Amino acid sequence: MDAAEPLALSLRRYAGPPARIMEVCGTHTAEGFRTGVRSLLPPQVKLIAGPGCPVCVTPAGFIDTAVFLAKKRPDAVLCSFGDLVRVPGSEKSLAAVRAEGADVRVVYSPLDALAAARENPGREVVFLSVGFETTVPASCLALRAAKREGIRNFSLLCSNRTMDRVYGRLRGAADAFLYPGHVSVMTGMALYRRLAEQGVSGAVAGFGAQEMLLALTVLLQKLGEGKPFAVNCYPRVVTEEGNEAARRLVRDWMEPCDAVWRGLGELPGSGLRLRREWEAYDARAKFALPELPGRENPVCRCGEVLRGACEPTDCPLFGKSCAPQHPVGACMVSAEGSCSAYYRFGGTVWNE
Amino acid sequence: MERITLAHGSGGEQTRELIESVFFPAFENPSLTRDDAALLAAPAGRLALTTDSFVVSPPFFPGGDIGKLSVCGTVNDLSCRAARPLYLTASFVIEEGFEAEKLKKIARSMAAAAAEAGAAIVAGDTKVVRKGQCDGLYITTAGVGALRQEPAPGGDRAREGDAVLVTGDIGRHGAAILVARGEFGLSSSVTSDCAPLWNMVEGLLREAGPVSCLRDATRGGLATVLCELAEASGAEIELDEKALPVCDAVRGVCGLLGLEPLYLACEGRLAVILPGNRAEAALAALRKSPFGRDAAIVGRVRAGVPGRVTVRTAIGGRRLLAPPAGELLPRIC
Repeated sequence: MDAAEPLALSLRRYAGPPARIMEVCGTHTAEGFRTGVRSLLPPQVKLIAGPGCPVCVTPAGFIDTAVFLAKKRPDAVLCSFGDLVRVPGSEKSLAAVRAEGADVRVVYSPLDALAAARENPGREVVFLSVGFETTVPASCLALRAAKREGIRNFSLLCSNRTMDRVYGRLRGAADAFLYPGHVSVMTGMALYRRLAEQGVSGAVAGFGAQEMLLALTVLLQKLGEGKPFAVNCYPRVVTEEGNEAARRLVRDWMEPCDAVWRGLGELPGSGLRLRREWEAYDARAKFALPELPGRENPVCRCGEVLRGACEPTDCPLFGKSCAPQHPVGACMVSAEGSCSAYYRFGGTVWNE
Repeated sequence: MERITLAHGSGGEQTRELIESVFFPAFENPSLTRDDAALLAAPAGRLALTTDSFVVSPPFFPGGDIGKLSVCGTVNDLSCRAARPLYLTASFVIEEGFEAEKLKKIARSMAAAAAEAGAAIVAGDTKVVRKGQCDGLYITTAGVGALRQEPAPGGDRAREGDAVLVTGDIGRHGAAILVARGEFGLSSSVTSDCAPLWNMVEGLLREAGPVSCLRDATRGGLATVLCELAEASGAEIELDEKALPVCDAVRGVCGLLGLEPLYLACEGRLAVILPGNRAEAALAALRKSPFGRDAAIVGRVRAGVPGRVTVRTAIGGRRLLAPPAGELLPRIC
């Protein structure tokens, strides 16, 4: 914590022009609150939460598809990350379907789902694959292991997305981005250099208090210099080239496709789907699952929260009918969702 | 007798065999009788009475077992009302097939913990259920104690200017259970902090005077206790993150799994709230106990929003501490 105090002090004393910074990683949202970094921001600096939580940007239609699968194949084992289980679909969540008797299991890794397939050779095991660049390789590792071991009862219901198209779509929402630390380990700095050439600025930040303070300080300084920039404030793990081995693994198994993001609508080329040759591991093909449009709650403002168009506290449901114990929208379900973070940590009350 | 069978629960010869070979040798004391009820001398002053059930999985974990946990949990509940633990009861629901040696070990654990707390196990019951109708072993206890502080510590007694202490490092029990369950492929040196705390509490009251609040941080961790106390007292509590004692092993487990030590269960840690001018005396008294070596002053009660708990973070920022939502870890106690 040695550098944290002077950094915190200099941030508090910032006397420059107003700045809007968008952070696009759910962990940055949560840690920004939990460490108290957010509470130290000077009044003219606004930290806006963006669409960085993979659970939050998963549209209701995906949940509906998973629920459909659970109903169509009651003997199947559905494996999911914890938060996804509570996200409401158009009618019900996976938690509700589990209470009705479906075998929905929380796993911490796709490899746990593969283990379930190994242990239950007579049953189909489906892993609900959500996540950005950081977690997709793990899903592909599970597939590679399944293929190597000849495991046929394992498949992915894929809803993975990549962050690279998001910045262009959201360029007006902020003056600069706080780039996601671990996604950047995969992509490398090259992506952000290209974005800087297109006039989009940002700095890659780690997740400790000191690292976030550093990145914010650098961001404000560079904004003052007036030129588009891309700075690596997490050089411990983020390199120029990123993780080519991981990217190659993903390319072996998946290819880009168009994807719908809650809050952003359809972003061309921002999703990942299994390549045709791996159809046997694609739950959509294997079980002939329909593409369901999904219906969001019309009063819930998660979509606007996700693109930084409003704060969670602007939503009429916030803290009333929508709270972590009984969430209405995806942003309240996930521990890394903006609404959940605002609720649990007290929002911007310290900045008033 | 290798395993407990349904016959052991039927009330006849085999039930007697079970009680005589497992429970009586372990719990032996003057008040423990083969009659239907124990007869006890009533102490002067008011009585405290508590009850608890224990369903922890796995039944054996680093630092203890379900037996030790059941006695410590009960004794600590009494201690938190400043009541000297006197008598305990223990009822057992045993799953058919449970190993007799394990049951004996658990009974001996209970006896040791009770002796350490100066209490006697004076009554009990056993039932055996079919395989699958309970998970191994469930223990239900009741505990009676003699009140040593009037007015007794209570959740609604925190006032502005009070200091908030914790009697040791937090999150050990929750972390130990997590690791012992083996679901994450973690290995760690962390052991549960399960311990009987009456002696420490007695020393605290004797040397630092009456306390306003005493509460043991079990399910939901210290965070839950502080939220409860702030709510019940209609006060605001401010926690100093830098002052919170957390051992490296717990930090490590939490860091890996994205958990917060404040929300992890303890089984031998108390939150203590008392007037600020006696905080140092309380700290000194707690640290004399082997279970209070890492005691620390971690916060204060201040004027603010009633029921709110705030944290001054390590970097000097601020945030709310919310009560945990949902189930963090099932069956930890």
